[in-house]
Amino acid sequence: MTTLAAVPRNAEGFLERVEDWDRDIAREIAREAGIPELSDRHWLVVNYMRDTYIATGSAPTIRTLGKESGVQVKELYALFPKGPAKLAAKIGGIPKPKGCI
Amino acid sequence: MRHILILGAGTAGTVIANRLSRRLRSQLRAGRVNITIVDPDPVHLYQPGLLFIPFGESFRERITKDRRPTLDRDVRYVASAITAMDPDSDTVTLADGTRLSYDLCIVATGARLVPEETEGMTGPGWRESVHEFYSLEGAERLGYALDCFVGGRVVVNVVEMPIKCPVAPLEFAFLADAYFTNCGIRDKVEIVYATPLDGAFTKPVAAKSLGHLLEEKGILLETEFNTGRIETRAAGAPADELDGRAGALVSWDERRIPFDLLVTVPVHKGAAFIATAAGLGDAMDFVMVNPRTLQSQRKPNIFALGDAANCPTSKAGSVAHFQAEVLEENVVRMLEGRALDAGFDGHANCFIETGHRKALLIDFNYDTEPLPGMFPYAWGPVPLLKESRLNHLGKLAFRHAYWNRLLPGRDFPGIDAKMKRSGKRMLQTQD
Repeated sequence: MTTLAAVPRNAEGFLERVEDWDRDIAREIAREAGIPELSDRHWLVVNYMRDTYIATGSAPTIRTLGKESGVQVKELYALFPKGPAKLAAKIGGIPKPKGCI
Repeated sequence: MRHILILGAGTAGTVIANRLSRRLRSQLRAGRVNITIVDPDPVHLYQPGLLFIPFGESFRERITKDRRPTLDRDVRYVASAITAMDPDSDTVTLADGTRLSYDLCIVATGARLVPEETEGMTGPGWRESVHEFYSLEGAERLGYALDCFVGGRVVVNVVEMPIKCPVAPLEFAFLADAYFTNCGIRDKVEIVYATPLDGAFTKPVAAKSLGHLLEEKGILLETEFNTGRIETRAAGAPADELDGRAGALVSWDERRIPFDLLVTVPVHKGAAFIATAAGLGDAMDFVMVNPRTLQSQRKPNIFALGDAANCPTSKAGSVAHFQAEVLEENVVRMLEGRALDAGFDGHANCFIETGHRKALLIDFNYDTEPLPGMFPYAWGPVPLLKESRLNHLGKLAFRHAYWNRLLPGRDFPGIDAKMKRSGKRMLQTQD
């Protein structure tokens, strides 16, 4: 089993390499962020996030998540408090949603 | 006869049309190829100029031109809206029902503003206390609002990424600071910058180099602010909730920022016909392409560039320009049955106005974040990621270069589609 300590991460705790991710690592990052257990609803969002990133090269925004992932925006905030897109990206092992500079 | 159809004649569509026209001139004149470009608007808008309109530093006549003279005479221009695209039958339907068929189609229809996607945005306060400056009408209406503004809270807000010119809202906040200072009312104005990102500058090197700018200018920053709805007093919200102000910006996690004047950047999406062309676009109707070749993931004879493409780089004119160089090569290769060039590296290059006649320049790509150093050559003359008067003059001079060099599809000396590393200082973010 891979452990979080063994994979490279950046200063903000995002994985350096998308391919290092697995479900155990996701659980560890979630615990670190104060989510003790990932429910089916969490997984729905995390998997959607990861699939979209791998297909398009960028992470979906909150509104796209609310429309497409099957989880409403209000619930996203309940599942991933403060900044759901960023936290779900971190747990999903994909880079932080980007700005330009 | 091979039919090349280009959809959209903004920066990206015009540049690629003119480059291809020059490259394929002999074939065009021999009748072996034709190039048609479709755009509903007979006027070309210089979009970087919109930023200056609200502050009275530019005006409509200076940033618009008739479309036809911007296109090479061998390019056929059709002034029409596009209502549908069918990748299976290689056809596009125009507003009057005409169907155009193509052998190779280039989608360059840009991004459109969709303010109605945000609850309350286009309500009674729209273009009264709630403004945008990404359209000519919006920029002019905001100009009138600034003229009449005597003090209060101005909130500059990005609803969600991606947007055209991601630095424009920041530039607006900087210019607003300078504008109110010059008007002598800066002490009566509170400027708040509300962004869905986790900082005004999210890339580590830029954050380190520029983090001081907002603080120095006294601009308040509200991060991770995802706009859920906009309430305006006319919409019936109780006055006390709005703090006696014109309206309030409310986030999904119920943070409220009351405002007297809201300058928002609404949600952006791709052209509406992309939504109905199954498999062509992503959830936001941007065409899904290979980010290096610009070829559609849906069908090999479709390409997209500029804001219409879902490449994970900035939606900016410079990107359209660099993509056009790679796409020109790929169109020729496809016509000749050769393998495509995967040469687009995400290169973007932008001037950022910081107010008081200063600007800075950034240059970056998919793999390298904006770094300090010199541009376009190792000796300069233009400094990167540093405020200077020369950069401001560069930004102003760029309008001339846009009409006379960029749109006709000519190259700029020293500036290539591929980002250069020379002159850049590779910093460790921990420095």
